[in-house]
Amino acid sequence: MNTTATPASTQAGPPLWLLAELTYRCPLHCVFCYNPVDYATSGPELGTDDWLRVLREARAAGSVQCGFSGGEPLLRDDLEVLVAEAHRLGFYTNLLTSGVGLTEARAAALKAAGLDHIQLSFQDSTRELNDFLSHTKTFDLKRRVADIIKSHGWPMVMNCVIHRQNIDHIGKIIELAVELGAEYLELANNQYYSWAAVNREQLLPSREQLQRAEALTNEYREKLGNRIRIFFVVPDYYEERPKKCMNGWGNVFLTVTPDGTALPCHTAKMIKTVDFPNVRDMHIDDIWHRSPGFNLFRGFAWMKDPCRSCPEKEIDLGGCRCQALMLSGDAANADPVCSKSAHHHLIEQAVAQAQLPDAQRVDIQPLVFRDPKNSRELAARSDTPWQPR
Amino acid sequence: MTEIALDARPRVAGHFRLQWEEVQKSWVLLYPEGMVKLNGSAGEIMSRLDGHKTVADVVAELERAFDTQALARDVQDFLALAHKQGWVQT
Repeated sequence: MNTTATPASTQAGPPLWLLAELTYRCPLHCVFCYNPVDYATSGPELGTDDWLRVLREARAAGSVQCGFSGGEPLLRDDLEVLVAEAHRLGFYTNLLTSGVGLTEARAAALKAAGLDHIQLSFQDSTRELNDFLSHTKTFDLKRRVADIIKSHGWPMVMNCVIHRQNIDHIGKIIELAVELGAEYLELANNQYYSWAAVNREQLLPSREQLQRAEALTNEYREKLGNRIRIFFVVPDYYEERPKKCMNGWGNVFLTVTPDGTALPCHTAKMIKTVDFPNVRDMHIDDIWHRSPGFNLFRGFAWMKDPCRSCPEKEIDLGGCRCQALMLSGDAANADPVCSKSAHHHLIEQAVAQAQLPDAQRVDIQPLVFRDPKNSRELAARSDTPWQPR
Repeated sequence: MTEIALDARPRVAGHFRLQWEEVQKSWVLLYPEGMVKLNGSAGEIMSRLDGHKTVADVVAELERAFDTQALARDVQDFLALAHKQGWVQT
């Protein structure tokens, strides 16, 4: 028996979660999309062979969950090929979709390829708001897609981004998930990045709305028991301490964007001072363990005060680097959600604004829908377009 | 928690997948967008469940494999917990 003590490793664990963002193209135009606001200026998409190589390299590095996402991943006609290879490699394969394009024929092909699970997004429990927020007529189609998913025996996660416009429908949203037979429901309170940051003042709910929604969710949880697992993702603007974002920078999550950029989280590309590696140039194992971008915010050495001397730094790791950049101008600052942050007043101001009824709020900007035209306009702006207005 | 009887024939529940992960050197349970990393003994028990073997069979196998005795209580306790978590069905 080997009794030699293992030396303390400073190496990160494996990239357990691979998020493969196959394309930024999307038939929907959701006002809260987390894709970068300048997505329309992104470089060419990776080809099938590149993605197959990414899957093999990531699996060898220890990735085990694979999410095929986008944009709308069903717009890639090689999706079945990629799912089949991921399945063969031993990934647990997840498809994150709006449902658009999931015909019976493609569902059958994905089932044959070994797809393990589908997460279907809704924007609301009503046709009117679902179709308004996504700027498409997709509500009825999503309901039909839910039936297709269930008929193939897949477990279904229904995902609904929750915000000021739909939070008062939360009971109906839960009932819709039950009616459609979802095993899991993610009530994902909006986080204010990318398009949601641009539209923040129209999306951030009031404290009263939030408390009502959380109480109602708990009532439904009790009533429904084990029929469905409901996740209520808390919006961090209403917290006093920041979230442990992505469970740590370069700790669990690896995102590969449509153009092959490798990121520690799906919004990190907004940190323009970091030169993130590309899977076309570098092996996943090197990207994960040895690239400067992935090592930048690992550990604690990068921290400034108040984080550096904070007794809670190991609990939250200083929060979210993107939020720190967006609101304080420096990604190495404390996340302004933290009440110890010198920029916490920016969160408090946004929250104070959100308490006013809509009728009392003047100068509210119209919603900006996620589409190529708006994306190019935002990308061309001289200021930083991903910041809240 | 529900006691899992010695003559029950448990198996890994429907939407969970159990597999050995070489990089992590452990058995993991996979489910939609999630993973449970099992510790050594949990992995040894879970990886023996196939819906045919009884709990008593699994206990006997483990006692042989690890050259020990009286594992029934530990195995049943773990299975009760795993059942509560929804990882196994009988």
